[in-house]
Amino acid sequence: MKYVDEFRDGELARTLAAKIARDADSGRSYSFMEFCGGHTHAISRYGVSDLLPANVRMIHGPGCPVCVLPIGRIDLAIKLALERGVILCSYGDTLRIPASESLSLLKAKARGADIRMVYSAADALAIAQQNPQREVVFFAIGFETTTPPTALVIKQAEAARVTNFSVLCNHVLTPSAIITILESPEVRKLGTVPLDGFVGPAHVSTVIGSRPYEFFAEEYRKPVVIAGFEPLDVMQAILMLVTQVNEGRAEVENEFTRAVTRDGNQKAQALVSEVFELRCSFEWRGLGEVPYSALRIRASYRLFDAEARFGLAYRPVPDNKACECGAILRGVKKPTDCKLFATVCTPENPMGSCMVSSEGACAAHYSYGRFKDIEVVVAA
Amino acid sequence: MCLAIPARIAEKLDNDMALIDLGGVRKEISLALVDDVAVGDYVIVHVGYALTKLDPEEAERTLKLFAEAGMVQTEGAS
Repeated sequence: MKYVDEFRDGELARTLAAKIARDADSGRSYSFMEFCGGHTHAISRYGVSDLLPANVRMIHGPGCPVCVLPIGRIDLAIKLALERGVILCSYGDTLRIPASESLSLLKAKARGADIRMVYSAADALAIAQQNPQREVVFFAIGFETTTPPTALVIKQAEAARVTNFSVLCNHVLTPSAIITILESPEVRKLGTVPLDGFVGPAHVSTVIGSRPYEFFAEEYRKPVVIAGFEPLDVMQAILMLVTQVNEGRAEVENEFTRAVTRDGNQKAQALVSEVFELRCSFEWRGLGEVPYSALRIRASYRLFDAEARFGLAYRPVPDNKACECGAILRGVKKPTDCKLFATVCTPENPMGSCMVSSEGACAAHYSYGRFKDIEVVVAA
Repeated sequence: MCLAIPARIAEKLDNDMALIDLGGVRKEISLALVDDVAVGDYVIVHVGYALTKLDPEEAERTLKLFAEAGMVQTEGAS
């Protein structure tokens, strides 16, 4: 496919790898965080980490909305479906996230809850229009990429006077998560997570633009290179980060110029701010309560807010004690540091959220990297 | 979750909708979040919505950038 295949060329990947190896100063090490799950997936799937020299290390970030969704929010959705009899529509990504009482949306469906997987927010609205006698709730998750479609569908529901449709909003914000990482004790004081720069989000940035990252570059002196989700995009971004570090620069650079501008998609931004406002605080798995890090539906669209409509109260639930998702999401631990990894926790039967989404650090390593950890023994 | 794919607009439909072509597979998507999109343009599609238009000139420029890394390498090796 055009604009995909060219950005996966193996020959070019090797030349980029050689350039990175030559430019990286052997006298120092480089640690870069790829914020997005999309980059984590590309790095694992295409073996990008194997093409990098030993002193250039990639740290997986918290940019996977499935991974950072806390148990308590999924419990709310399950409750609506099981106890309030609503049709709960959700993107497929959330269906297998483990929730309280060994439930997940998929297991709740097996118990008789009417849970439907949709491809698009528009599909959820269509289900509401086809079932006027039922309450239909769209379980909305995602970063800035996925928020504009939710805003649009709420406005469409209002225009079409659909009265049985509402949204359980869990939309979260990328810049707040990056600040939390930069302010974490592991990065600021302990130095257990050395961070020399960020590979910035691809599709989130098509919406918000490159401008919001300028603050990180200036305030925290960390270079940011926005990159597309194809393997050559990631490698070029790593090369640009190595160059910035070598030259002592901390700037926002854009590798994904074919889709990202400095201002982003202003039409989408306007729509989002019309329908949503900042939440004072929101719980993230791994990061805890993060102030002003998520969105809620404005009072003027209250009719479409499932939290108001059903009087839902959030109750935090601790993660499985043995699960290391929290530390992995902060970049403090690797999937293989977790005792559950590939033993009791697998993509077929995930214990923690990082094993659920294919963009989660654990699922990506399980699918594409777990055999690398095993030493090859030649039979005598 | 934030995955999105570049797709060509094959046909514009009513109500801000369009038909896209993905290597032969056709699907209806919404153009409500973007302006000035014409048949033949490439857009980045996420959960059934075009998020932005793809700039073919910038794509060429980025591909050239990759190739340049290779050229420098060949010079260095010779």
